[in-house]
Parts: sequence; structure tokens; C-alpha cells
Amino acid sequence: MDINPLQVFHPSAKRNRLWLNLLSLGLGLLCWQVTSVFSGVEVFILPSPLAVWSRFMVAVQDGSLFRDIGVTFSEVVLGLVVGVIVATVLGYSVAKSRPLEQVLSPYLVASQAIPVVAIAPLLVLWFGYGMLSKVLICALIVFFPVLINTIVGIRAVPQAFYDLMKSLRASRKQILTKVEIPAALPIFLGGLRIGATLSVIGAVVGELIGSKYGLGNLINRARVGYDMPMVYVAVFMLVFLALGLYGIVAQVEKRLLAWQEQK
Amino acid sequence: MTTEPILTVKNLSVVFPDNNGGLRALDDLSFEVHPRDFICFLGPSGSGKTTLLRIIASLLKPTTGEVNFIHNQRPEIGMVFQQSNLMPWRTVMDNIKLPLELENMDESAARIKAQEMIELVGLNGFEDSWPRDLSGGMAQRVAIARALIHDPDLLLLDEPFGSLDAITREHMWVELSRIWQAKQKTVIMVTHSINESLFLADKVLVLTQRPGKIKFELEVDLPRPRKDDIRYSPHFGKLARKLREAIE
Repeated sequence: MDINPLQVFHPSAKRNRLWLNLLSLGLGLLCWQVTSVFSGVEVFILPSPLAVWSRFMVAVQDGSLFRDIGVTFSEVVLGLVVGVIVATVLGYSVAKSRPLEQVLSPYLVASQAIPVVAIAPLLVLWFGYGMLSKVLICALIVFFPVLINTIVGIRAVPQAFYDLMKSLRASRKQILTKVEIPAALPIFLGGLRIGATLSVIGAVVGELIGSKYGLGNLINRARVGYDMPMVYVAVFMLVFLALGLYGIVAQVEKRLLAWQEQK
Repeated sequence: MTTEPILTVKNLSVVFPDNNGGLRALDDLSFEVHPRDFICFLGPSGSGKTTLLRIIASLLKPTTGEVNFIHNQRPEIGMVFQQSNLMPWRTVMDNIKLPLELENMDESAARIKAQEMIELVGLNGFEDSWPRDLSGGMAQRVAIARALIHDPDLLLLDEPFGSLDAITREHMWVELSRIWQAKQKTVIMVTHSINESLFLADKVLVLTQRPGKIKFELEVDLPRPRKDDIRYSPHFGKLARKLREAIE
């Protein structure tokens, strides 16, 4: 279980070679700076990293950035919470009941088959330019991966554990809390990890379509005003938001799944 | 024995539904188990041994026949499976005290009892180990401790050492024999090992190939406590031969 989200591809790597990540990032920034200064590309097309940095400092000082970050962050987290709760409850019910699965599966599959980008305009139309429509878009995009992983996680609980619990006369609730939840947790958290980053995408899609505040809205405002450095600032904020959420989930995994860790 | 049987099975048959008339797993089994008996069902794979234990544990219903317990209610059961079935997210200590948690026993009292069980099965020092760090034999000791901690009236052992290597298995026989001697539980074990059944049981019932039927019964009159070298005595060899012939 890595904490450094940049090391997703080799989670088992023992040594956390942070300096390699930093070196690579530094080189990338240097190339960008050199390109923007010497290529003659207009500033409003490719601003230099230094220009983006100074725009960032200005936006921090006048406080305008925090409002947009706050709005997007709230939408992402609320959407995540709503999506995860609905998906977990539904996923558990579907995993336990074949008839319910038959009844719900067309809708569940449809919820994934329809691209969120395609129905986001409808949600904005129905629920307005405020945060509600974005929370719903986030919840919708988070819903499916969490749902699927909950179902897979619960179905993967070995029959032997049920036998053991029943031989000990465990109650339904004890089976849930002492077997099903801990057994399904690794797969469930995998779904949550995907959901957390998808939620950021949901919020931005919604904000780009129609909103009053938020980082997506900021991108639109800055773009229309030819304030390209600000567009980049907003994009970077989104990256950090997604990485931060991912990091939190990874931390939770590390704590809850200590029993899984390889020596 | 003059005591009332703890378990009486009468004309028990089990048929699993399938496409051509059903698969008969057990056929007309009748037997009694008295308190402190160590009964062993010996049979080849496919003789319905596990099915029988699942029925006694009330995990499965018989198709026909009766399974009656003393006082007409299923007693407290401790079960050990072929695989240790330890929960990988629980430490040795937490796995062992699971049955007490289910009874809502006070945490500190549960820990004290679990510690006693850990000592009984010889796992001192491994209280906080994760199951993934245990050898097969150690994991099975934990499973035995877990099956005994809530002081069950009846212990069901489903080929408990089937997944262990031969040397560890023989060592576990001595251990189980010692634990049984100390706890005086009623035990029903199923196995396909002749030596295992003779070393541990008071009475061996031989089951036929599917559908499982009792075809031979043997009282094991080997003295207790049984030590490792009893397996090399002429009498043990004679009994083993009888069982071997009965299985054929």
C-alpha cells in the first residue's frame, strides 16, 4: 500500500525514491519553461511555469482562488459520500439477493452505459447552476465502480466463513460486521480509490457546463478573459485535489488493511 | 455405556438435487454418540463425510431420517475444518476469541480465556501474529483453540489435518490426543486416514463409497493416553488391517 500516489505502478517497491519523482518533475518544468520562453509561442497559448506561479500567488493573495477550490472540494466530497452510500447499500442488497439483481441490473448497467458527460447538461438543467447538480453528477460517476466492487467484494466472501459463523450461531448482524465487511473491505476500498478521482472529473464536467463558482467555472472565466496562466492554475489545483483524495484513501487502506501487507 | 446419548441419528439419508434423479450422498445412517465419546467416521473421498458433519452442525437439512440431540436442542458446537479457516484480518488472539465475541463476553475475560487456549495448543508468543505468518500446523492449532474456547458440548472435526504434511500431521495427532484427554469433549471426526482414526478414536465407523453407508464398526481398545509409539504395536497393526479390509 503506497502513500506516494506517483508510485502506483510499483506499489510493492520498498524504497520510496522521492528524489527521482522530484527530479523528473523538475526536469519537466525546466523543459516547459525553456519551450515557452524560446519557442516564440504566444503567452496566451503557452504561459511559462513562472508566469503560472506568479498568477497563482496573486490569486492566493486576493483570496479568489479559495472560494472556487472550496466549492469544487465540497461538491467532490459530498458527491463521493452520497455516491458511496447509495452504491454500498445497493451493492450489498444486490450481492445478497439474486431476484433483486435481476430487477435492478438493467438500470445499474444503464447507469454506466450512459456517459456522464452526455447527461450532465440535463442534470444542470434540472437541478440548476448551484452545487446540487454537481453533487449529483459526482455521485453518479462514483456510483458504478463502488457498486461493482461492493458486489464483487461481498460475493467473494468464502462460504467456509459463513459455515463457521453459523456453527457458532452468529446473528445476521454479527456475520455482517465480523465477516462480510472486513472480508469485502480490500475490494471495496479499491473501488473507493477509483471513485475518489472520478468524483473530481464529475465536478469539473458539471461546472464547465453551467455553474456560478468552482475550478471548472474558473477555467471558463479565465479562458474567456484570455487569462491563460489562471487556466493552468485551475488545472493544477484540480490535479492536487485528485491526488490529495487519492492519498487519503491510500492512507485509509494502509491503516485498515495492515493484515494484508507483505513482509 | 449407560449415559443418555448426546446425539441420536436414525435412518439418515441425504440426496442432493441434480439433473437425473438426485445424487445420493448418504444412505440410511443410524448411530448414537454418548458424552465424551471420540467417534471417527472413516471413508474414501466421496463417501459423504463432510455432508454428515454439516448435517450434525445444522448447516444442512437431511432429506429423510432424524437427527436428535439431547434435550431436543442443538448443543454448542466447535468445528475444525480441513482448511484452518482463520480470518486473515484477525490476529491469532482475535481469531481464537471470536466465539466469545459472538456470545458478547466481556473483552478482558475473553482475552484471559483466549490466552489459556493459546497455552493449551502451545502457541505462546504468537498472540499478535497474523494468520499469513503461520505454518499450516500452527494455523490448525489456532483453529482447534478457536473450536474449544467457548467450551462446546460437541466438537466436529472435518479432516482437520488433511492439509498438513505427514510429519506435522502425526505430531498433531499426539497434540489433539493430549488436548482431548485434558478437555474430555465429545468428538465426532471424519477422516480418510486409517492411522489417524485408530490413534485418536474410541470407535471407528467405516463408510462406503457414495452413497455413504456404515458398513463396519470397530471399538478401538488401545490404552489411553496414547503415545506416538503406539502406532508400532502389533495390536494397532491388527486393528489397522481390519479397517483396511473393511474399506476395500
